[in-house]
Amino acid sequence: MFSYIARRIGTALLILFGSSFIVYNLEALSGDPIAELRTSAARNRDFLIAYYTRQLELDVPPPLRYFHWLQGIAGIFTGHPNFGKARDGLSVYGEIAAAIPVTVRLVLGATILAILLGITVGVITAIRQYSRLDYSMTFISFLMFSLPIFWVAVLLKQYMAIEFNNFLASGQIGIEWLLISSAVVGVIVAGLVSGDRRRVITVFSGSFIAAALMLLIVNWTNWILNPGMGVLGVGVVVGGIGVGISTIVVGFENKRVLWATLTVVAATIAAYFPVNYWWSSSDMNALNLLWPVLALVAVAVAAAFAFTRVDRGPAIRVTVITSVFAGLFLIIDRLFQTWSIYLNTDGINMRPIPTFGEANVRLSSDNFWILFEDGLLHVVLPTIALTLISFAGYVRYSRASLLEVMNMDYIRTARAKGLSERTVIVRHALRNAMIPLTTLMAFDFAGILGGAIITESVFGWHGMGTLFRNAISSQDLNLLMGVFAITSFLAVMANLVADLMYSALDPRIRVR
Amino acid sequence: MSENNQNPNAVDAADEERDLIAKETVGLSQGQLIRKRFLNHKPAVFSLFFLIFVTLFVYSASGIHLNWGATPITVQGWWPYTITDIPETVFCDTSVGCPTWQHPFGQDPLGRDYFALVMRGAEQSIVVMLIIGFFGGFIGTVVGAISGYFRGWVDAVLMRFTDFIITIPAIIIGAVIGFRVGNLGVVPLAIYLGLFSWTGLSRLVRGEFLSLREREFVDAARVAGASNRRIIFKHILPNAMGVIIVSVTLMLSGAILLETGLSYIGFGVQAPDVSLGSLISDYQDSFTVSPWLFYWPGVLIILIALSVNFIGDGLRDAFDPRQRRQISRKELLKATFKKPADPTQN
Repeated sequence: MFSYIARRIGTALLILFGSSFIVYNLEALSGDPIAELRTSAARNRDFLIAYYTRQLELDVPPPLRYFHWLQGIAGIFTGHPNFGKARDGLSVYGEIAAAIPVTVRLVLGATILAILLGITVGVITAIRQYSRLDYSMTFISFLMFSLPIFWVAVLLKQYMAIEFNNFLASGQIGIEWLLISSAVVGVIVAGLVSGDRRRVITVFSGSFIAAALMLLIVNWTNWILNPGMGVLGVGVVVGGIGVGISTIVVGFENKRVLWATLTVVAATIAAYFPVNYWWSSSDMNALNLLWPVLALVAVAVAAAFAFTRVDRGPAIRVTVITSVFAGLFLIIDRLFQTWSIYLNTDGINMRPIPTFGEANVRLSSDNFWILFEDGLLHVVLPTIALTLISFAGYVRYSRASLLEVMNMDYIRTARAKGLSERTVIVRHALRNAMIPLTTLMAFDFAGILGGAIITESVFGWHGMGTLFRNAISSQDLNLLMGVFAITSFLAVMANLVADLMYSALDPRIRVR
Repeated sequence: MSENNQNPNAVDAADEERDLIAKETVGLSQGQLIRKRFLNHKPAVFSLFFLIFVTLFVYSASGIHLNWGATPITVQGWWPYTITDIPETVFCDTSVGCPTWQHPFGQDPLGRDYFALVMRGAEQSIVVMLIIGFFGGFIGTVVGAISGYFRGWVDAVLMRFTDFIITIPAIIIGAVIGFRVGNLGVVPLAIYLGLFSWTGLSRLVRGEFLSLREREFVDAARVAGASNRRIIFKHILPNAMGVIIVSVTLMLSGAILLETGLSYIGFGVQAPDVSLGSLISDYQDSFTVSPWLFYWPGVLIILIALSVNFIGDGLRDAFDPRQRRQISRKELLKATFKKPADPTQN
């Protein structure tokens, strides 16, 4: 195992060496970085040419220059990497260090969301193969496969940002939107159930009425301008999620796990007021968000241990997932409380959804929650756009993978020995079906730092993609190679991690 | 399927399905079977006709332009305007350059006929798609076939070379290439992109060859004295065709998004030539004033990519022998009700 990893890393370094050499020389030979200067009529032309020649080492032939660059990069082994200087004299290392957090903020949420949503929808459509829901989701995922992100982004800006901001002026959902959204909810819920026409119609009208009533209450309480869940709302939502997860993973009849989950819910409710009070203090920072969540996770593990004697693994899984959701909803509730204050802050003026940039520069507040809300709102549109694009791939792959597994003999065996359909799917089929997806996920996570060049350009973010784009158009060799070194290193590592994960998850595959 | 298994008649129903499929497939060659399965996939067939129609429509409207070499070859299409014509701007009551009978897609702020621009962009996208598909498909198949068939050091070298190409993210290659050769016209751009987009396919083909080369029919061919070349191209390749065709169709729809995306950020097709991506990039800001300038290029991209994807889906179903056609409820009912008569006959 160890020699395998060592060998793979050795090969990877060789590959990286080769590809960076080629890219460096291709880029260096593809054009003259100071071509504009040579024909310019500026008085200090000769001085500038000499300056750039010295700074960019243009008098050294590219293959030699490459080794000079490589020498700087090799400093990574001694802890002092030197990525060289960009054209404008700034250190490449500093520029990349500034761009990485921006890019991670932009792409990480979308990647996680796409994986979670994509796998969920893929699994549901595989279980309900050839149903109306399956056909419509197939069509929708093909449509998303075919969407150009720059086109979608413009539509999102218009309809999710500008129109939504206009709508906030009243904050009341119009009757036509109320009917349309209730009908959409009804169609989705009705698509999830199987059965004859009568049952489908009943479910549709039931969920239609429920959704319409919810929206009426939203209108009536002016919830959109002044949202909040309160201790009751958080309790109900987290309780629902906990019971749902425990039903899916271990089944409703497993009362011990159910009690452990409900303990977590009770802990959440008990923690609601103290946590809110603590979070509202003036020295609030991002780290403080984490402690209550960690405390809830600890409660969850303890509860699982206290209530179950055997088969503790699934119990811990259920309670821990529930506790993470609980922490999430505590944060969401706190953000809801900030919403109306945020709307009336200077620089926002009731138009909260931005279409451009990473943060609102006109925001004068130094309150943690206001800034946090501002940052989140800036991520909303890019996240939706990126999720829409990458979601389809996960739906297709997880659906195909699960369908293939469901045709295996061991699934028939599991059914034949009388296991419930839930156990067969969750414990036998799903786990094996997810193995091939690890490769896809490894590559997606490695691709995060590469940045979403087009998305960054549409939404005006200054991350890795923008760096890279500027480097190409201004022929900034050191900057380009800095970005390339990081993305290609991650791609190679993702390849290795995917293979290792594959062999860890599937014992039939051995790495040698 | 999972629902069927819960009811007591599940086994009967599964048997019925199998019988129905057996009846449909008896006495057909592999090619006939694939064609039949493909023709049964209605969205795919519809998409195929639609794509052919769009291609013919676009090409006949905009004509054929080849900027290859010193003398550009141009054949004028049936549409009266070209992308360089600036006809008189037609004013209508709401705004300037809105769609009229004379200019069905409207006119851009310069007064150029937008239908001509969009058709030209679509023409470019289709060319790029086909060229990338051809080069990527060809190289990927050959590399994958050779490395999967010969294994050993040939495989090791070729696969490390593939890894090496994979290391360079597609968008980086595209941007470097597009920015450097984008102004040469769309054909060289597409060729360069094609030279770098075969990696995924070659891995798939290699995997397929690794498993197919162990099969009896390959041994039989070898015993009969067939050369390596003959075994690869006449015996194994036809069996790997399904994987190749499906993967190439996916490559095609990816290619059109890659080209338009590159042109959008300014690294692909350069002005004065137009691409669907550069049109969107130019007119996204006029979205509120003249939305037709924004909608048409996007709609065309989506329609082309979507129909290619559906054709790929149809081909996958047709080539996959494990894929069973869905038996409609009506057919199943018919077969089940006929059943009681059968035992007496046997």
